[in-house]
Amino acid sequence: MGLDIKNYWVLNIFGFEVWITETIVNTWIIMLILIILAIIVRVKLRSFKDIPAGLQNIIEAAIEFFDNFATGTLGEKLSYITPWYFMVFAFILSSSLFSVFGLRAPTADFATTLALALASFVLMLFMGFKHQKGRYLKTFFEPHPIFFPLNLIGELAKPVSLSFRLFGNMLSGTIILTLYYSLTPIFVQIGIPSLLHAVFDVVFGALQTYIFVIISLMYVRNAADQ
Amino acid sequence: METLGLVIAAAHISAAICLLNGLLTTFGQAKICAQAIESMARQPEAADSIRSTMFIGLAMAETSGIYGLLIAIIMLFANPLINILLNYI
Repeated sequence: MGLDIKNYWVLNIFGFEVWITETIVNTWIIMLILIILAIIVRVKLRSFKDIPAGLQNIIEAAIEFFDNFATGTLGEKLSYITPWYFMVFAFILSSSLFSVFGLRAPTADFATTLALALASFVLMLFMGFKHQKGRYLKTFFEPHPIFFPLNLIGELAKPVSLSFRLFGNMLSGTIILTLYYSLTPIFVQIGIPSLLHAVFDVVFGALQTYIFVIISLMYVRNAADQ
Repeated sequence: METLGLVIAAAHISAAICLLNGLLTTFGQAKICAQAIESMARQPEAADSIRSTMFIGLAMAETSGIYGLLIAIIMLFANPLINILLNYI
């Protein structure tokens, strides 16, 4: 576990350098785990029962909990985008839990969080134009056309603050744990770091995942119905 | 060499000053928490919605602290001024 992101190898595609870093490899591992989990669940759910038991029970509880949470924030009309945010929730939560195993969390790299925040931002613009048509453009000129630059900066600050919040929290956990591992003698590195991992990875990771998802849901709702 | 040492020392001091905004962030977050607990005690039936609003407010207040942390990290590990100075020398 180190502070800087290791670079494994450099690909050369049509004259462009593509760096395969630690973050990308860890993201692939997480994607693989999530896809395998999804396939297992899909195969298991082929024997669908009316009275859930075992795995089906757990899956139904998780989906129902997230559905209620998203519908409560978004409202009934917009709840068809809930699956996308369930994916974002699963990805960020599993990537912050990833650093419990001593590997670097992909969300401790600004590229990952900026990509997620830009995806949320594009979705927000798309939902705004889909549900409000031309009226969405008019909201940039309210209450007076003179406020247009201010409104534009306010909109552009949304993905920046969204990505920096997640990145800063995850990076601070990584820095504190790296400092602990590099400054202490070897005999206190057994057992005691689990407490730090529990606080900085599990608790803060879950809290920041919740905050990321609920704030993007609020942005989408504000853009789509006013 | 002396100039480089001066620049590095100034970068470290400015990183420490950047982290001082944690004081104000903590005061803001403490105020949010105190008000939320007070209103939860007054209206226990509205506790769920107050809690979710409190978390959003905490995250918003935390943003300035995170910005300070990022500026400090840039000052320490990716300082652009030192490269400019090295090119200049």
